[in-house]
Amino acid sequence: MRVTIEVNGERRTADDVWPGESLLYVLRERLGLPGAKNACEQGECGSCTVYLDDTPVCACLVAAGQAEGRSVRTVEGLAGGDGLDPVQEAFVATGAVQCGFCTPGLIVAAHELVHRDPGATDAEIREALAGNLCRCTGYEKILDAVRLAAAKKAGERA
Amino acid sequence: MKDFAYVAAPDVATAVRAAADAPGARFLAGGTNLVDLMRQHVERPDTVVDISRLPLTSVEETKSGGLRIGALMRNSDLAAHPLVRTRYPMLTQALLAGASAQLRNMATVGGNLLQRTRCPYFYDRATPCHKREPGTGCAAVGGFNRSHAILGTSASCVATHPSDMCVALAALDAVVEVEDVRGTRRIPLADLHRLPGDTPHLETTLAPDELITSVELPAPAAAPSRYRKVRDRASFAFALVSVAAALEVTDGTVAAVRLALGGVAPKPWRAVEAERVLTGAPATEESFRAAADAELAPAVTLDGNEFKVELARRTIVATLRDLAREGSRA
Repeated sequence: MRVTIEVNGERRTADDVWPGESLLYVLRERLGLPGAKNACEQGECGSCTVYLDDTPVCACLVAAGQAEGRSVRTVEGLAGGDGLDPVQEAFVATGAVQCGFCTPGLIVAAHELVHRDPGATDAEIREALAGNLCRCTGYEKILDAVRLAAAKKAGERA
Repeated sequence: MKDFAYVAAPDVATAVRAAADAPGARFLAGGTNLVDLMRQHVERPDTVVDISRLPLTSVEETKSGGLRIGALMRNSDLAAHPLVRTRYPMLTQALLAGASAQLRNMATVGGNLLQRTRCPYFYDRATPCHKREPGTGCAAVGGFNRSHAILGTSASCVATHPSDMCVALAALDAVVEVEDVRGTRRIPLADLHRLPGDTPHLETTLAPDELITSVELPAPAAAPSRYRKVRDRASFAFALVSVAAALEVTDGTVAAVRLALGGVAPKPWRAVEAERVLTGAPATEESFRAAADAELAPAVTLDGNEFKVELARRTIVATLRDLAREGSRA
């Protein structure tokens, strides 16, 4: 089947898609966007997190046909121009990236939180990121990154 | 994942017709459970009817003062809906206690009602499971069964129903509205899920081609209510025990109580016996303990889940005690 999705602001089409393919597979293998990662394929780890119509979802559990005609934003689509998005900058600045496999999913989840609630408490940050697993950092640096990005966003709004 | 025919349904009539025409078809809503089960070859439908575009996403007030919730409302949207947050806070708490943000953003009300057990042996095709393959056996009874059920089980199956939302809906006396090519009908939530008996593969009273279209909540009670979930970590874990409760106390006596349990039974468990003991009794810790004991008296435990009886007892008592205090302050 043919699947047409708006990805990072561009209309993209994939042909000969098998209905059993996931949105994650379409993004990575058919549209050349390897940012979202394929790990557990069960919705447990969050490494495939992308925005689907403005809400973060696990792309591994979205059947390709369900994404037809909808809008997707991946980690590749967060930064404008040549620079990084402020959330990405915060991850770099705080040393929140080690092996990097969980990072794209965490960046998308953190991006959504920072824009929705830049005043989030630590408990709210932990809950918002509960669906993203990291086996390297122990999460402390990730919390630092989100606090930094949130403070910056809150400052912009003040 | 096995090959299958994919039908994207634009409306309810097309969806139920497609399901009626293809025996064994499955409806695909949020996909958070079904896509996973298909990938594990636990579910192997020949036809998948994608209902995710059906216009069943509204929350409407009913004439009787309740709410009608569209079956494709996402868990996150339902939890955040102002009428749910203010009138049925127990439901919002239960929804937000389930899964992760990413999953709540896809999971729907109808899909949550029909989600399948997380018994690890149900997912593991290398082990016997009466629910997955009737007649093969149960690996959980002699296996790792710490998370398994203590009420309503059978020799065939000890798996729990995993939903948080359904526990709140059980306490709220929700009614499920379904449709197929023959027409529509209404099913009280208490009658939607079956106990396993010797047919644990039959989990609900729905016909295979019946589609859940909405869930109706009766008018809310004024009593304080709460959903309390006990689990191994603070977030993104299934309940070991959960309690949905509403308690109305008048002059120190229990005037009305609603109590339902999660994590302990193969279906959302309305604690009818505890409610019977409590109604009209003094609103004291002794009564709460007697009610919990009455409900848990028929519990049957396995090697790994004996702790759930005491955990359930304490969680019931603590929840009712908190609600009694809250009510006396009001």
